[in-house]
Amino acid sequence: MEEPAIQASGLVKHFGKTVAVDGVDLLIPRGRVLGLLGPNGAGKTTTVRMLATLTRPDAGTAQVSGYDIVDQAHEVRRRIGLTGQFASVDERLTGSENLFLIGRLLGFSRSDARTRAGELLRRFQLENAADRPTQGYSGGMRRRLDLAASLVGEPEILFLDEPSTGLDPRARRLLWSLVRELVADGVTVLLTTQYLDEADTLADEIVVIDHGKVIAAGTPEALKRRIGARTLLLGLVDAARMDQAESILSHIAGHAPTRQGERLGVNLSEHAMLPALVRALDEAGIEVDELVLKDPSLDEVFLALTGQPVVTEAEHEGTSR
Amino acid sequence: MRPSPALSQALDQTFSLAWRSLVQLRRNPWELGDYSFQPVLFLLLFVYIFGGAIAGSTDEYLTFMLPGIVVMNMMFVTVYIGHGLNTDLTRGYFDRLRAMPVARWAPLAGRILADLVKQGWSIVLLLGLGFLLGFRLETSIAGLFAMSALVLVFALAFSWLMILVGILARDPEHVQIFGFTALFPVTFVSNVFVPVDTLPHWLQGVVSANPVSVLTDACRGLLLGGPVLSPVLVSLAWSLAFVAVFLPLSLAALRRRLG
Repeated sequence: MEEPAIQASGLVKHFGKTVAVDGVDLLIPRGRVLGLLGPNGAGKTTTVRMLATLTRPDAGTAQVSGYDIVDQAHEVRRRIGLTGQFASVDERLTGSENLFLIGRLLGFSRSDARTRAGELLRRFQLENAADRPTQGYSGGMRRRLDLAASLVGEPEILFLDEPSTGLDPRARRLLWSLVRELVADGVTVLLTTQYLDEADTLADEIVVIDHGKVIAAGTPEALKRRIGARTLLLGLVDAARMDQAESILSHIAGHAPTRQGERLGVNLSEHAMLPALVRALDEAGIEVDELVLKDPSLDEVFLALTGQPVVTEAEHEGTSR
Repeated sequence: MRPSPALSQALDQTFSLAWRSLVQLRRNPWELGDYSFQPVLFLLLFVYIFGGAIAGSTDEYLTFMLPGIVVMNMMFVTVYIGHGLNTDLTRGYFDRLRAMPVARWAPLAGRILADLVKQGWSIVLLLGLGFLLGFRLETSIAGLFAMSALVLVFALAFSWLMILVGILARDPEHVQIFGFTALFPVTFVSNVFVPVDTLPHWLQGVVSANPVSVLTDACRGLLLGGPVLSPVLVSLAWSLAFVAVFLPLSLAALRRRLG
């Protein structure tokens, strides 16, 4: 079996009396994107900091690309890229100086470091700002430069700690498409986020974390299916038969359907219910011209798992720093 | 498998990081001003405004004060090492370096190296201006080099205190506030601007014991003649003491801060 990109078991980290991370297990196969999803203070960043060798775990072990994060930290560092929550580029250097410096630190010759910096600036659409100090960059540009800085050494594994916090929607979409390109090139990504749409868009698998513990894991679809039922939305050809349809549906489903505009919504608590509903309507001669199966949103998933609502898109814009 | 970067690679990394600190100066003219215009302004002000009153003539005062102002300026320049380090710690740049295969000591060593370049620049600038204004070397070129080397050694040692401040402070502004507030009394309550025997008796003991005074005495001896051995040795002893106390404290504080 191929060695996983990241394997962690029982990671624990205390800060004073607070337990930031309380026994986290993770397994990420190579070339996959894992989204670590959770509210502020759930322990996402601390988990990433341990895996990126910035903080030693108090208990538990982890291997990144097969190397132990404590005993072989240096080998780990040669294979990872880290893009932090707060863009960690040097504000007083230009974009190209920042990337040049990283290249030099990684042992590139002067000319190789310059070439690599140029490539990355082009790829991340920063060519025009290459010779300007990063102080004057917009949030999105800074984040792209930060991501570029993490990629100078062509890492196998990339840690993205809340990559789109504080970005406007356009900048987020651009960043997401850049991340997808990296994944297409075979890079393994561990992404932390408190935004469900981000995890849903980028991740192959989501691990939900709260109070330092993993509370759920699975593909976005599996997670959505696990929690809460799917909803069947029905549109009728003849709106006058709405009441009749309502009573048939409520008889089979065991609860009254909801009216959503011109459509009726029924929660499907079991799979066999779907054909039964359709058959009953057909037998009554009620024609259906629209059938939609709706997964629960990740917001609903999160509420069900943690008992607390998650940050919404509107708040998201407001929390930019 | 190598456990850590080879020494030559670590040195390359140190040089690259020192380059970074120096390139930063282009974007921060105020910092450059602190090494350049501020001491020059101090020198001109004191020599031409107070010089006549304090020493009877501006020429004599220039001779008296130039070694002292080199020492005083050196102390203030060390604040920037703490400021820069704190900026890296609070803005996440230090984490970026730590998540890379960079030698653990290279970020600090790079800063210290860059700091020495800045210190050297300040010394050359102040002495150069002094010579232009009529300062005369009474000893020898060797004395001049020995004096510069002594100031650099002291700067290197004293930097560890500012490194500690840089690690402990909440943000870069606090480093600056602390640095300047602490250094003003320390540098003024010394023999940099006035001879010790003009001070009230109770103050003379404090001023003579102040390492700034000791180092200034050593620099005067090396440039102008007079007792050299004792102040140089005491200055080196102070340097050793600063390193012995603040280097381990700084490393412990850094380890604690990084968790």
